[in-house]
Amino acid sequence: MSFSIKKQGEVVVVDVEGQLIVGNRQELKQKVLDELEKGEKKFLIDFSQTGYIDSSGLGVLVSLSKKIREQGGELRLANLNDDLQTLFELTKLDTLFQISDTRERALESF
Amino acid sequence: MAESHVAFDLQIPSDVEYIEGVVELARQRCRELKLSPTKCSLNVPVALTEALANAILRGNRATGGKQVRVRAIISDTDLVFEVVDEGPGFDLDGCTVDCTTEENLTREEGRGLFLMRKLMDRVESFRNKGNVVRLTLHRP
Repeated sequence: MSFSIKKQGEVVVVDVEGQLIVGNRQELKQKVLDELEKGEKKFLIDFSQTGYIDSSGLGVLVSLSKKIREQGGELRLANLNDDLQTLFELTKLDTLFQISDTRERALESF
Repeated sequence: MAESHVAFDLQIPSDVEYIEGVVELARQRCRELKLSPTKCSLNVPVALTEALANAILRGNRATGGKQVRVRAIISDTDLVFEVVDEGPGFDLDGCTVDCTTEENLTREEGRGLFLMRKLMDRVESFRNKGNVVRLTLHRP
């Protein structure tokens, strides 16, 4: 599992490779918070290479979304597979996040 | 009563780094049983991760020296996971929170038991030589 961060235009794009679970959620949180501290405002997390997410991983997404909004920024999500979509629907987090089918659509939406 | 056999029986230290390896083993068993792709890639991995994380972080309080036992039991009708920690146990119904309500939706925590119960056919918690959480998934 790993997280890679790159900038596309004004948007910080984070790719989550593997699982987002209790064992690695803090690493994702810290990477995003570091970018936020540098003054970045627009964040996109791309799940095209993600296996599964547990409740800790979902919690980190909720927490990051709040912190980014508090700084006047936005967090959006892209490329949820069918299983992840189901997970977001079960927890109703699909109503909390703006989720796009593709990275391109998500980038255009900012 | 249907015949059953133990597919695996492991003891792991109270460290969340061990969770992924156990879950991968469980996924292999799910594929061998020809469970649906969603059961193999969502229901079992997420529910088992939650049960193991609870056992390690809440039951054993991530205490070095304490162990978590995890068993997979297969019968003609069910796939069962039993996760046993050394903690005092907990009230499953009392601790399960509906994370979809307006006031809970933006909370960082509180989705674990909710997800376990949504993703498994049955979740039980009881004491038997430790605190046991039993997850049951009916086979097709």
